[in-house]
Amino acid sequence: MNQRLTFHKDFFQGLQDGIPVGLGYLSVSFSFGVMAVNMGLPVWSAVLVSLSNLTSAGQFAGIGLMVAGAPLVEMVLTQLVINIRYSLMSMSLSQKADGTMTALHRFLTAFMITDEIFALASQKEGQVSRYYMYGVGLIPVVSWTLGTLLGAVAGGLMPEALRSALNVALYAMFIAIILPTARHSRPVLLVILLAGGASCFMRYAPVVSRLSAGFAMILCAVAAAFVAALRYPVEEVEHGDR
Amino acid sequence: METANLLLYTGVMALVTYLIRMLPLALIRRKIASPLIRSFLYYVPYAVLAAMILPDILYATRSFWSAAAALAVGAGLALRGQKLIVVAIFACLTVFVAELLLGIV
Repeated sequence: MNQRLTFHKDFFQGLQDGIPVGLGYLSVSFSFGVMAVNMGLPVWSAVLVSLSNLTSAGQFAGIGLMVAGAPLVEMVLTQLVINIRYSLMSMSLSQKADGTMTALHRFLTAFMITDEIFALASQKEGQVSRYYMYGVGLIPVVSWTLGTLLGAVAGGLMPEALRSALNVALYAMFIAIILPTARHSRPVLLVILLAGGASCFMRYAPVVSRLSAGFAMILCAVAAAFVAALRYPVEEVEHGDR
Repeated sequence: METANLLLYTGVMALVTYLIRMLPLALIRRKIASPLIRSFLYYVPYAVLAAMILPDILYATRSFWSAAAALAVGAGLALRGQKLIVVAIFACLTVFVAELLLGIV
């Protein structure tokens, strides 16, 4: 396929895939905006944090440290622990990136690796082009920033019932991405049950539940994927059983 | 809090987060040859997303039960191979209806 056609097809496919993520982000970033202003941050600062970080848990924790005037080292460590999961996703994407993902575009698209965008990119069949990455990231980035602005300026306008309902949208999306494959693939089902079970264990069991959520998640995911890789090696990853 | 300080904290936060995302994607330029690592990376998305859904989804709404209902409906639809957007919409609707029934206003 020629370059122009690929651009067109992948970019618009990405845009379309990004719409539900953008809707979910509006609601989450709205709460972030409300919270940031309640904690005493100016509106511009809340918006800048969202635009430059594009992450949920890290930002919620980060502004807490900001307002408390915590040492910068603490900020670095907190972000590392909460967001280290992105490095795992980034590594996975490095294997899915096609030839259009040159160094420059890896630098740029890496900014948009969030849980949801990663989820979309990884469910795409075959390899992923930079056009798809830009397309899929655009609406979520705009929504994330815009939602923060709206929440910071007009917090409390959105009815509580609507926000509560929208909060499951992102999780539902994850479910829709992983379960269809699990229907046809026993190893994938095993991975999901293992990782989900381990994650519940880490939350409720004594002692381990004191680990930070980001760190606990990465432990569970690495363990489950590793067990499955040992037990059920995949012959050809690109043409795997998806 | 003064502007310079806000900018400093925001900058540090953004830089750390960006480096975590950027380094593996920028540095790993080749296809990894090891079958074990390739298999591992193939399973990573499923493992990561599953660990993120459970048990967090149960606390995402105003009631454990509305979230549990959304999880059941979402999982049921996904297992039947429904599209992403359909699963998302019905999960949200489930929360809305469940909270109405539970009398949460």
